[in-house]
Order: sequence, then structure tokens, then C-alpha cells
Amino acid sequence: MNLFKLFRRGGSAPVARERLQILLAHERKTVGQSDLLAILREEILAVVARHISLDPDKVQIKMDRGEPVSILEVDIEIPSKFALVTPAASV
Amino acid sequence: MAKVLVVTSGKGGVGKTTTSAALGAALAQTGESVVVVDFDVGLRNLDLVMGAERRVVFDLINVVQGVAKLPQALIRDKRLETLWLLPASQTRDKDALTEEGVERVIAELRERFSYVICDSPAGIERGAILAMRHADAAVVVTNPEVSSVRDSDRIIGMLDSKTVKAEKGERIDKHLLITRYDSARAARGEMLSIDDVLEILATPLLGIIPESEDVLRASNVGSPVTLGDRLGAPARAYIEAAKRLKGEDVSVTIPRPKKGLLDKLFGRRAA
Repeated sequence: MNLFKLFRRGGSAPVARERLQILLAHERKTVGQSDLLAILREEILAVVARHISLDPDKVQIKMDRGEPVSILEVDIEIPSKFALVTPAASV
Repeated sequence: MAKVLVVTSGKGGVGKTTTSAALGAALAQTGESVVVVDFDVGLRNLDLVMGAERRVVFDLINVVQGVAKLPQALIRDKRLETLWLLPASQTRDKDALTEEGVERVIAELRERFSYVICDSPAGIERGAILAMRHADAAVVVTNPEVSSVRDSDRIIGMLDSKTVKAEKGERIDKHLLITRYDSARAARGEMLSIDDVLEILATPLLGIIPESEDVLRASNVGSPVTLGDRLGAPARAYIEAAKRLKGEDVSVTIPRPKKGLLDKLFGRRAA
């Protein structure tokens, strides 16, 4: 068997093709997903920041990129007497 | 109307600079006015490959920052009067390039030349993005090898999202140039075939540059491969690719290996 392989040689291109097809199918999906998650995270924080001044310590963000679903958890602690950002200052 | 092309790949060492010089010279030989712009700030090499390394006075960064005027930084090729080079800086880093500065320089180059060829640095960071930013079309240089194909896939995704054209909702023309292709190895199933690469990347083929000693010889002497022996296999392949870029309908011939005695005896065929 090994001797046969030795003389047959080569033939690694199909392996390369298969590995690439599997990898890229996955990467193309995750690149798109991670972008969506990152966009959502930034936009949500921007909306909140328009109304209150965000304390970085009081914001917890968790992202879980999974195969069937991904989860974006944004946990923002808002004190009852929050500091209002005036529209002029937010520009 | 001027056309801005970016020569890009993601991966380093696949032949972006060789391709920029070769396509630039091939286009200039057809009478078009061409400028090749080195975006690899800090690691400039296009000047060396084009044999102009001793003539660099000002560079892209100087022009971007307004220290020098564009005509002061442009270097005319000694062999072809329609071919020009805008070198990168060797001492600065990519942060010295500003978005607005690059936009202004590209706009100015569009007025002076019919083809602006931007030689991108490797990677997917700032320098590579600025090089592709204002392109109308892209030449994605790929070796038939797994890491290069993967990085090309990534770059193709960025061309569709990070360029001005893409942001305006327009399509950027993408062309795949497969370099260092070894037809004998591909026929033996040792190298990804042209069909494999095209199927994976789903991008139209601009040309196939065969692995050849002509390419190293050209860079050794500082002359684009299309300016040397025009009948050599890589020179011919680049000249044809340049014609396709100009919109001419030239069919791509996939290099076939010369059959050796063993192949004839055992009837080995392309996989």
C-alpha cells in the first residue's frame, strides 16, 4: 500500500480543494455574522449614549457566535438619577 | 476616462509588485499613459522592480502631506515614455497616509493618466484598504495554494464592502490573476487546478502567469517582465491580461505541460 503510494505520488490537490471549500464556506458565514453583531452592538450603544452618559464599567457586552444562532447580550446599568445628555452636547 | 486599478492579494509574496510593474508596462506599450503607485509605505519595492530605485526624490507620503507637488514625485520610466512611477516612502509607516490625502492624490492622477495602478501592500489593514479605496477595478493576485486562495477570498469580500464604489452600492470589477502556475504539477494533481481556484473564488479570470525563471530575471535587472523578451511565457501572459483589462476579447489558454516519456507510457492525464 505504502509502496503503491510512493510510486503513485502527488494527488494532494483534491485535498487542498476540499479543505478550502469547507473552510471558506464557514469563514464567509462567520465574517458576515460577526459584522452584524458588531454593528448592532455599536449602534445600540450609540443610541443609549444619545440619552445618558455611559459609564464603561456599567456596560456589559457578551457575544456568543454559534452555529444555529448567535447571541448579543447588552447589559446596561442605568442609575435612577441618570445624567441626561443634552442634544447640543451629543453632536 | 481614467481607470483606477488596485493590484491586491491579502497574502504577501504572491506577485503583486511584479504584476503591477508588468501590467503597467504592458498597458503603457499600447500607448496608454500609465502610472503605477506604490502603496507599500515603509517597504517600497516597486521602484526596485522597475529599475528606478536610484531616481526617487519625493514619494507618495510627501505628496499626500503636501510637502511636494505631484509632478515632483512622479518618475518617468527610462524605456517607455508613457509609463510613470509614484514611489512609496521607505522611512515612514502606513499611518502617514491619510484618507483625504489619498483621495486628493488619486483624483489628481486620474486627470493626468488613463490608467492608475495601485500596488497594494500585503495584509488587510489600513495600507491595503487605502490602496483599494478608490479603485474602479481590482486585480486579485492568487497562487494556486491554500493560504493564498483563502486570503484572496477575504480580500474579495473587502473589495465588495470597503471601497468607495461598494459603499455607493456600485459593483467593483474584480479580476483574478493566477500566478506561479505550474501546469505539470497541476496535471499530476499536486497543485490546485485553474478550475479549482475559479470554482472556489467565483471571480472572472484575467490570466494565468506560469511559473518561470523570466520573472526573477526581470526583477534582478529591474525591468518589468513585459519589457524583456516579449515572447517569453510570462510576458505573453501579462500582455494578454493587459489586453483583457482594456476590454479586448482575448481567450485565456490554460498552459498544458509538455508530455514526458513516462506520461506517454502510463497515459497520465490532467486531474
